[in-house]
Amino acid sequence: MCLGIPGEVVEIVDPVRQLAKVDVAGVRRNINYGLLAEEGIVPGDWVLIHVGFAMSKIDEEEAAQEIEGLKRMGQAYEDEVRAVADSKIT
Amino acid sequence: MRYVEEYRDPSAARALVSRIGELARHDHFKFMEVCGGHTHTIYRHGIEHVLPDSVELVHGPGCPVCVIPMGRIDDAISVAVQPGVIFTSFGDMMRVPGSAGNLLSAKARGADVRFVYSPLDALRVAVENPDRDVVFFAVGFETTAPSTAVTLLRARDEGVKNFTVFSNHVTIVPPIKAILESPDLRLDGFLGPGHVSTVVGQRPYRFVPEVYRKPLVTAGFEPLDILQAIEMLLLQIRQGRCCVENQYTRCVREEGNARALEILAEVFELRPHFEWRGLGFISQSALKLRPEWADFDAELRYSLPGVRVADPKACQCGEVLKGVIKPWECKVFGTACTPETPIGTCMVSSEGACAAYYNFGRLHREVASGMAPGKSEASG
Repeated sequence: MCLGIPGEVVEIVDPVRQLAKVDVAGVRRNINYGLLAEEGIVPGDWVLIHVGFAMSKIDEEEAAQEIEGLKRMGQAYEDEVRAVADSKIT
Repeated sequence: MRYVEEYRDPSAARALVSRIGELARHDHFKFMEVCGGHTHTIYRHGIEHVLPDSVELVHGPGCPVCVIPMGRIDDAISVAVQPGVIFTSFGDMMRVPGSAGNLLSAKARGADVRFVYSPLDALRVAVENPDRDVVFFAVGFETTAPSTAVTLLRARDEGVKNFTVFSNHVTIVPPIKAILESPDLRLDGFLGPGHVSTVVGQRPYRFVPEVYRKPLVTAGFEPLDILQAIEMLLLQIRQGRCCVENQYTRCVREEGNARALEILAEVFELRPHFEWRGLGFISQSALKLRPEWADFDAELRYSLPGVRVADPKACQCGEVLKGVIKPWECKVFGTACTPETPIGTCMVSSEGACAAYYNFGRLHREVASGMAPGKSEASG
């Protein structure tokens, strides 16, 4: 689905490949932040994640509201979280 | 109104619905959404059931899986069955029917078809299998296309030689324009797509009010977001305004993501035209790799049948995608066409109107048709 889900940046893992570790619903996985490389991301930032990429930055309060709304979508959100959990972006 | 009780702020929702009812009184408004996530949310939360009869929501071509014509699926399968190919795809595309089966059935017959979450997964498969040719079935609007582009940049930088992309990315503006040009529909406004807008921003939608005199309000995915956006549309109409507004400010910025758009332009160019299921050929509506990226273009590496396949006679996906009919008005909805045995793409993808309605909406229909509450079918 074309849904982006919020996650919190935990650390920059590989600046060359532009990989960061994010926390999505308690699960930590790598994503690519190439689309945000110019504005830059740091640990603590919240981003919208879609197919393994950070799409945009959102602030923490907005992220919390977005997550709550997405949870009410039920399966669609759970599927995205599970997809992130199953991913192995390197 | 029991759906409202499940929304994040039921009293705010009730107040919104009440204001919407007042604004829409004595008239009938049709608003189209063009976002699979909105289709899903609207059905999931019974929003059409919560709205007054004077406001009707129409589901447009917001599902990038649903608009891929059968002939392109046949093309994908023709690549997947080539010796040495590992064909990678998002999950949604696996069960979309071609003229003779889908990617899953091709897999069952021995093709190496693999589900991936990200185009980067597909690239990793290529790196890990240097003796195989890995193809990535790239599908999605501008939400997804930049990710394919970044993956290609990385493939080039790392000198990967066995990775190609079969691009079926489509863009959001042309189908909206095609809908506005269509004589089939009289629409009063649009809900702008959620996450596509994080990439493209708000400016691309300006032609909707400026040329076609219809308001457009970009909306988030919560029921309250949708209700708020509908109120904003109605306020525009009642106040004689007509413009693009952003209800989804927490995630969408006016300018979108400039870097994503730059990367898109570096890797992709617009096809002169592309066939959309149900909408026919739309010019400049889809992306293909630029000539400099020919080495990564599956359409150049493989010889595709490229046959135009008409939808099965029973299939009314085209009318559903244009919002001309509702899912339950399709003659094969729920009978010959179900999520387990889909005839058309609207039923296959979780973003498709038919699948969403099938999973969430039948109770609404019963209520709407006056059947006794409590008489319910087993959900599929």
